[in-house]
Amino acid sequence: MNLFGKAWKFGDNVDTDQIIPARYLVTSDPNELGKHCMEDADPDFAKKVHPGDVLVGERNFGCGSSREHAPIAIRAAGVSAVIARSYARIFYRNSINLGLPLFETPDASRIEAGDALEINPTTGEIKNLTRNETYRATPLPPFAQEIMAAGGLMKYVAKKKGLVGRPA
Amino acid sequence: MGMTITEKILADHAGKTAVHPGELVDCTLDLLMGNDITAPIAIREFERVGAKEVFDPDRLTIVLSHFVPAKDIKSAEQCRIARDFARKHQLKYFFDEGRGGIEHILLPQEGLVVPGDVVLGADSHSCTYGGLGCFATGVGSTDLAAAMIMGSTWFRVPESMKFHFYGTPRSKWFSAKDMILHTIGQIGVDGATYRAMEFTGEAVQRLSVDQRLTLCNMAVEAGGKSGIVAPDQTTLEYVRPRAKRPWKLFASDPDATYHSVHEWDVGKLDLQVACPYSPDNVRPVAEVAGIDVDQVFIGSCTNARLEDLRIAASIMRGRKVAPYLRCIVIPATHEVFKQAMKEGLMEVFSEAGCAISEATCGPCLGGYNGVLGPEEVCVSTSNRNFPGRMGHPKAKVYLASPAVAAATAVRGKLAMPEEVAP
Ligand code: SF4
Repeated sequence: MNLFGKAWKFGDNVDTDQIIPARYLVTSDPNELGKHCMEDADPDFAKKVHPGDVLVGERNFGCGSSREHAPIAIRAAGVSAVIARSYARIFYRNSINLGLPLFETPDASRIEAGDALEINPTTGEIKNLTRNETYRATPLPPFAQEIMAAGGLMKYVAKKKGLVGRPA
Repeated sequence: MGMTITEKILADHAGKTAVHPGELVDCTLDLLMGNDITAPIAIREFERVGAKEVFDPDRLTIVLSHFVPAKDIKSAEQCRIARDFARKHQLKYFFDEGRGGIEHILLPQEGLVVPGDVVLGADSHSCTYGGLGCFATGVGSTDLAAAMIMGSTWFRVPESMKFHFYGTPRSKWFSAKDMILHTIGQIGVDGATYRAMEFTGEAVQRLSVDQRLTLCNMAVEAGGKSGIVAPDQTTLEYVRPRAKRPWKLFASDPDATYHSVHEWDVGKLDLQVACPYSPDNVRPVAEVAGIDVDQVFIGSCTNARLEDLRIAASIMRGRKVAPYLRCIVIPATHEVFKQAMKEGLMEVFSEAGCAISEATCGPCLGGYNGVLGPEEVCVSTSNRNFPGRMGHPKAKVYLASPAVAAATAVRGKLAMPEEVAP
């Protein structure tokens, strides 16, 4: 299923403190975290973002602490995917595990704020509908797509093994 | 196109003939590790999703190391969760105090990691095992929980950086610690982010396995995902008598592609020390020698193997810890402790006036057994010196080799080993 959304553009080294400031880490409730997503970079981001919109960064997106709250906040804000030139290692791992799809391409630099994007997660093809351009990102491999579809690693594992657990 | 040793190991475990950097692969795991901090969280997740069985109880090891013997009620509770889980699931390789030690020294020692393995450890210094020629990396508790159920996990194939060391050291006290500190000083704490750090060259091949583990231990301090030394005769001599599983030998192809290659002549390198407050704030020991020191810590997963203790003891033999300075020696595992007793090293340390304890991480993470107060200065053989790592945020930690640490303990000031033991 393709993802459609408007681009929200940020620069290099968007760190986990910008994504979700440490002062909000007292909770792990996704809705609460989503309300403060990107607050220190753009105070009204959470109010302005529409479901399905895409975060676009440049280099080293998600650097900083290992907090899993960062991808949780992004997802809870309604963001459907992140596109960047590169990611910080732990953020990358946490995002996949928590069901936030990431796409990596040097063409992230060509995307501007407000561009309308269509992403095919299976092929990694990104269409910039505003600029009439097509970019190629590394596609998510099938198992990562399954993790996304299940809503995260633990849910994926539970589904695969037919486990019935307690809600988080 | 050729592949690096890391790419070959990952391809092998992903059931592929080739993999490329950036690719995500699903790999089977040879061993999983959790400790007294990370295992309890993974256990909670494991139970929350309703999992009943570990994929293979012989491939999940839990090692109590950070706060054992229990430092307080909270740590006792954490250990209890891990212990109960180990008993319930009949984990063959559960290591409690008095029989275990620090996981990163324990697992190689027990033959639980072997060349060619893919190892997932819920602790950032899991990269240590790469010293045996396997791929090992640190992850969080959620990853461990999922892997405990699946026996597999996903990886992004890292690019490799090659660190080639040649030549012959000038000082007999020169060690792997000096090589890795030099490396981190050169490339910085994010110089290898995401990447596999491959250590090659005659100066690496000459290192014992203990030293190679030290080299790979600090890969994460440069941001590395893993560190690796290709297995050779030295590796096999170490592995053969202890391996609990068969091993598989891999080597990089001559035409493998690297992100970058660094070449250093160890004959031109001095003994190194990482000054406060970052492991990449590295200088030659001679430049900072003479500063006053309050505590010396010889321990941690970086440098508390038998060989490290032998080096420290050879400097302290017949000498005393300087007045107004304290020296804490913590062998990394119970086995190292026993061996050190047999060899008389413990006698050397206790005669010199060192405080000695059973194996634990203890002071390395400011846990207990040697926490630093404000403005105190410590020379430590461990791996991190960020503000607050070993206690008060204003304490200052200098990271160095066991030789430099022992010389400092005797001299009372940060010292070159030659000053004390010519
Ligand atoms: S000795 Fe220090 S670095 Fe090593 S595992 Fe223990 S706390 Fe971590």
